Formats: sequence, C-alpha cells, structure tokens
Amino acid sequence: MSDVADTGPMLAADGTPLKKSLGRALRRQKMRALMLIAPLLLFILLAFILPVGDMLYWSVKNGIVSETLPRTVVALKDWDANSGELPDEPVYAAMAADLHEASLAKTHTKVGVRLNYENPGISSLFRKSGRAAKKWEPAADGPWKDQLIELHKGWGDTAVWRTIQTYSPPLTSGYYLNAADMRVGPDGPEMRPENERIYMLLFGRTLKLSLMITLSCVLLGYPVAWLLANLPTRKANMLMILVLLPFWTSLLVRTSAWKVMLQQQGVINDVLVWIGLVADDARLVMINNQFGTVIAMTHILLPFMILPMYSVMQTIPPTYLRAAKSLGATNWTAFWRVYFPQSVPGIGAGSILVFILAIGYYITPALVGGTKGTFISNRIAFHISSSLNWGLAAALGAILLVVVLLLYWAYDKIVGIDNVKLG
Amino acid sequence: MFGPARRRFGLGSVAKLRASPEIREFFRDYYRTCCNAGPYKVYFTSRQRRKSADISGSVPLADSGNSDAFVAFERVQKSYDGEILVVKDLNLSMPKGEFLTMLGPSGSGKTTCLMMLAGFETATHGDILLDGVSINNIPPHKRGIGMVFQNYALFPHMTIAENLSFPLEVRKMGKSLREEKIKRALDMVEMGDFGGRRPAQLSGGQQQRVALARALVFEPELVLMDEPLGALDKQLREKMQFEITHLAHQLGITTVYVTHDQTEALTMSDRVAVFNDGRIQQLDPPDTLYEKPQNSFVAQFIGENNTLDGVVTEIKGDTCIVRLDGGEMLDATPVNVTKVGERTRVSIRPERVEINKERLQDGAHTLKAEVLEFIYMGDIFRTRLRVAGNDEFVIKTRNAPDQEKLVPGTMIDIGWLPEDCRALDAT
Repeated sequence: MSDVADTGPMLAADGTPLKKSLGRALRRQKMRALMLIAPLLLFILLAFILPVGDMLYWSVKNGIVSETLPRTVVALKDWDANSGELPDEPVYAAMAADLHEASLAKTHTKVGVRLNYENPGISSLFRKSGRAAKKWEPAADGPWKDQLIELHKGWGDTAVWRTIQTYSPPLTSGYYLNAADMRVGPDGPEMRPENERIYMLLFGRTLKLSLMITLSCVLLGYPVAWLLANLPTRKANMLMILVLLPFWTSLLVRTSAWKVMLQQQGVINDVLVWIGLVADDARLVMINNQFGTVIAMTHILLPFMILPMYSVMQTIPPTYLRAAKSLGATNWTAFWRVYFPQSVPGIGAGSILVFILAIGYYITPALVGGTKGTFISNRIAFHISSSLNWGLAAALGAILLVVVLLLYWAYDKIVGIDNVKLG
Repeated sequence: MFGPARRRFGLGSVAKLRASPEIREFFRDYYRTCCNAGPYKVYFTSRQRRKSADISGSVPLADSGNSDAFVAFERVQKSYDGEILVVKDLNLSMPKGEFLTMLGPSGSGKTTCLMMLAGFETATHGDILLDGVSINNIPPHKRGIGMVFQNYALFPHMTIAENLSFPLEVRKMGKSLREEKIKRALDMVEMGDFGGRRPAQLSGGQQQRVALARALVFEPELVLMDEPLGALDKQLREKMQFEITHLAHQLGITTVYVTHDQTEALTMSDRVAVFNDGRIQQLDPPDTLYEKPQNSFVAQFIGENNTLDGVVTEIKGDTCIVRLDGGEMLDATPVNVTKVGERTRVSIRPERVEINKERLQDGAHTLKAEVLEFIYMGDIFRTRLRVAGNDEFVIKTRNAPDQEKLVPGTMIDIGWLPEDCRALDAT
C-alpha cells in the first residue's frame, strides 16, 4: 500500500487510477439519484422558477415602445429633451409613419397605455391620433409637425416627447422608480411629490404590521406550545386539535367572523358597552384599520408559530429543568437560562414562517384592513387585476422578495440559520 | 445535627443556614475533617468529635434521638394514582459520609425514592429528613442536593465551564471564586482542559465526568446519582465505578446511588438497600447481602444462586434439616423458617457447593448429582448438574492444577456446609 502511494497515484485492481475508477462508480449512483428527483426538479423549474423569472423580467421589460415606434425611437435619439424646444420635422414624420403602421396593426393603444403609466394623458393622445392615422399616406401628406400638433395639442408638449424618449430603450428602470415613489424628471431620478407617494408607505406598513403580528404570535404561541409539549398525551392531543381547528375552517369564514366580533355594533363592543367600560356613543373602532389586521392575522397565522415551536420543545427532555433546579435554580431561572435558550430554534423557525407568510398576505388585510390596514400585496393585486400594470406589480413583488431575502440574511447574521429547527 | 447550632445563630431553617456562606464554609470544613477517614469510621469519629466539641464548648450539639442520621426516611409512602402504592412504608436512615445504593428491578420504587429525596416528587405520607429537618415542603432548588442524572442532563447550549458555573451563578458567587471552583472541580475529574467545549463534543465517559463535577462543584453535602453509568460500555463503567467511589469517600460526601446493576451496587457501596415491590427487602453491607440474604428475593437478585424446594423436618438451634420434594435430605441454616413442616426454598451459591467429599464434615448430608454440561470459562469452570430434579443447578470451581474436570453423564456426590445453605421463604 504505502509503496504504491510513494511512487504515484493509487491504482485500482484493473490498473486505472483509483480516483477515476471511484468517480465512475459514484457517477452512476449520482445519475440514479438525479433520475429519482428529476420529476420534482422539472416541476419546480416549470411551476416556480420560470414563472418567477418571467415575472421579474416583466419588471424591466419595455420592448413595446421600440417595437411599435421603431422610426421615432431612432429619430428621437439626437433630440435634447432639456433644450425646451420641440423635436424637428423628421421626428414628426417618423411618428406619423409609425402611428399609421401601428393603427393598421391596432397596437397604438397598447403603447399609449404603456406610456400613460409614466405620463397620464398619453393614452388618449395615442387613441385619438391612431384613429386618424389609418387614413394617412405617411410619405405624401407631410410635413407633419403642424398637422400633428393641430390634431392633438399633446404633440406640442416637450414632456410627451421626453417620456417617449426616456422609455424607448428595450429595458427600463421605470417600474422600479415608480415602485420606490420616484420618477425621471429633467435632472434624472427624483422623488414624486408628497401627495403621490404611496408605495414606500405601504412597504413600511407591511413590514411594521408583519413584525407586530410575528411578535404577538410568539407571545401567544409560546405558552401553548409549552403546554402541548408538556401535558400528558391525551390532553396534549385534545389541545392539538384545538390548535389545528382553524386549519379546518375556511379562511374567509374566519376573517368574516372577526368582522362580526370587532365591528362597532359587534360582539366585543356590545359586551364592553353592557359592562359599562365603554360609552354607547364612543364605541371602539377595531376593524378596517391596522388593529383589525393585526388581530385577524395573528389568529390565522398562530398555528404556523405553534407547530414549529412545539416540535422543538418536544425534543427538550424534562430532565434539563430538573437538573437546573437540583443545581439551585429557581423555576424562573431554570426556565430562562436552560429551557428558553433551547427553544429559540423553534421561535426562529416559527417567526420566519409567520413573518414571510404575513408579509405577502392578501385576503385578510383586504377584508378587515380598510384603507389604513392594507398591505403592499393588496396593491400588487390591484395592479395585476385592475390597472393591468404588470410591470409595476412585478417591480413591487421583486422589491418585496429582496426585502425578505435581506431580512433572512440579517437573521442568519444575528441568530444563525443553523439555529432554525422544524423538529 | 445542626439543630442547636442553628439556634445559637438564630437561624430558622436549613435554607436560611445555607444562605450564609461563612457559616456554611465553617461547618463544611469542620465536617470535612471529620469525614475523611471512610464511611464507618466517619460514624464514630464524628460522634467522638462531637463529644469533644461539646466539652470544649465551641460547638454545642445536643444528642437527639436519631442524631446520626443525615438522611432519614420515616414511614414514607408514595402513590401516583391513589390506588397503587409504589413505595410502601419506607424507613431508612443513613449517617453522614455513607455511600448507599438503592438496588432493585425496574418498577421497584428506588427511583421514586430518589426523586422524593431530590424534591421532584412529593411523598404521599411520611417524612423525609435531611440533617434532622423535614424537607417535605422545601422546593428542590433550596435543598442543596447535588444530582447526577441518567442521561447526564448537561445543558447543550452551554460550554462545560458554563455548565459548571451555573450552580455557582445562581448562588450569586463572585467571578474569581467561581472560576477557581470550576477549575478545581474539573481537575478533580481530570477534565481540566475541556472547559471550553460543548457537551456534544465529548464522549459518553467525559460527559459523565462533567456531570459528576457539576453535581459536586457547589459542594453539596448530599449527592444523588440516578443510574449514572447506565449508558457507558463495560470497561468504562468499571473505571468510573472506582472513580466515583473514590471521590465520594475522599470528599466525605453522603451519596445515594440508584442502579439495577448488582455488580455496581456490590463494588461501590458501603451499604446496599435492595428494593422490591415498594419495600426495602434487605439493607446491609455488600458482603452480608451476598453471603447472608434474608429472603428468597434477595438471594435470587444478588449474584448467581441455586434453589431447591422442600419442607423443614427438624430445627436444631442454628441448623435445620430439609426434606426436598424428591425425598432427599439436606442440612441448612434456617433464616426465615420458624417451624417444622413449613415449606421452604433453600439457596446455595454455586461457588460454595463442595464436590470433594473429604472437605465435608462427618455426618453431613450429600446429594447425588448428574453432570449435564461442563463449560470452560478460563478462570473458573462452570458445571451444570441435575440435582433432585433441578436441571439448572450450577456449580463453579476454581481453575486450579489439581481441579477435577467433570465429564457429562457421570454421577457425583455433592454437599456443602450448613451455614452456606440457607433455608428461606418458599415464595
């Protein structure tokens, strides 16, 4: 053995180098293992990675302007938007030719809608011009500058041309600027006016409320998980059913139940008035605001906190507490110094789970949040299904994803992700 | 023991006494010096010492009725469900410095007794006294009893040093004193270099040593051990048995040790309490326990044992004659048979059976035996015989040059001294 090692690489029995031989033997194993997980891999690729990737691409995709208005984009390239002067005749001629073609292909409204996100009013400009452009002979009917300005005074506005120029590249950061309450002004990116800012507020509120929900889940869930882990089996099973009961009830039913409980003419207010704690004309406002959102979502997400904590606590043998007490620790010291540190992985796992679920929650804030308790996800849903501004929705989603990853990274730095246990 | 002293210092309970480190230190040093000579001497020396102290007047101590008992169980009963007593009327008292083992099969109540002493279970009836004071209502953390658990129960999120520091921190000890005591305790179990490691990085034997050091670091006067060596392999276990006994005697600590391993009990203890069915069956030093078992259970449980059933036909002082169910007669020592005609089960240790007739006294009864199996075990020979219809009758003979190697199928005569054959209860 040793003299072989001294003279060169180890050889297998048939004379091939041992490393190569081992690699060949392991490759077959690896291939077989890969085959086994191939369906799952494929499913994840098709159902998760591709859609998410496509959605992220939506947030920067901007091909529509250069595809629909190719001549205009080229002609506008040399125009200086900050000069304060309108573009020259060639630009107008190119626009007329593009519009004529677009109107025949019926794509002029789409580019109008796209540019309307950035500069409200452009949609109607394109719709009106498109109707007229069908009958044009772009090569013969020039010059176009005055004709177009006469058709719609928007063509005489440098801001419109600036918007077209800014959004002519195939990729854009516009959606992200929008999602961060910014826009491209004459001097580059700038904040929107105070009264137009909304997304940063929503992001902040989403994070703040999600943290509050996570915290209240920890406070409420910890004792329950402790009981589950320490009661005799029969009682623990009963309690477990109670914990899981919400899972067996529709989310909408549970949320609606909170509406019944919390509204001003609802059960809680009635009881408080009846006891005399609250005057009849000063009933508490507990729903359609942040309070309602926190209450209802804590209730809905509580099992996701209890279950990981329970499974971790179950692995902590009761002898540790006994040992601590035999060493002279009071009940509290034994709990705080011995039991609690060992249950932290469960708190970590539950918190990450609840926080990530909360940050993307949609139905409950929409139903009980009113205007003051809505989350960023409600806004994303609005852009997906109502305003059809998918690019902005994608940008908001991407920012949310980055925020979650950042928090995950911070958690790893502070607590350590190895410390997370689900059981 | 501390009774009058407490009165003198105006302190009301053990807990309060513990709260004052100077007084504690004083008493500990005082008793350490008394207790360093081993368990039996402890008993006497401490009493003598107490007398001399009495005379000198420095520590006035009255001699109350049971003042030698450091730990005492008085008519203790325990039931978990209100229907079955797992501990039935337990009475036990141990002097300071004794190493007492509670031995018994699982479910015999020994661990329950230990847990009651530690304070994790409450006695349904009766008193448990520590230093003459009832500790029934003192919570575990105020009892100041060190404990080593079966699975060590080292806190996994703390290093070894932090584990040892824990009992000192909860006693609000200063940092330098803590470090000194931790170092001394770790050196004591030869683990001085491991302070920075975590329990998971240690082997079973090392964890065991740390658990021991942690139970001793706050210098308790009483240490409880609940099958501490159960998880170790045989060789390590034997090594640790020796070390634990050695440490306990060296420090003069009173130790209650629970095990179901009879070898462990015999090799380690000053006295062994054999538990069965919630009662102490016999409480004696190991040699007495092995050689003079008081009933069939103890005889069967401790060591290897041959039994033959029969009826007592004659009792003469401290010998009796038993007629076996097959008609053979044999001599025995009556232990818990009282009258002629009573059924009995006689018990003989395999190594006390004599196959050489010349070594028996005249007139001794012998039995015919057929050799069934001969097993060579190195240091001894183990031979299985059929005696009076019993196929499982085993004898052990020493591997000496002149020792006869019995051949299966041959008939031999066997006999024994009456004092080695004990007529016990028939159950």
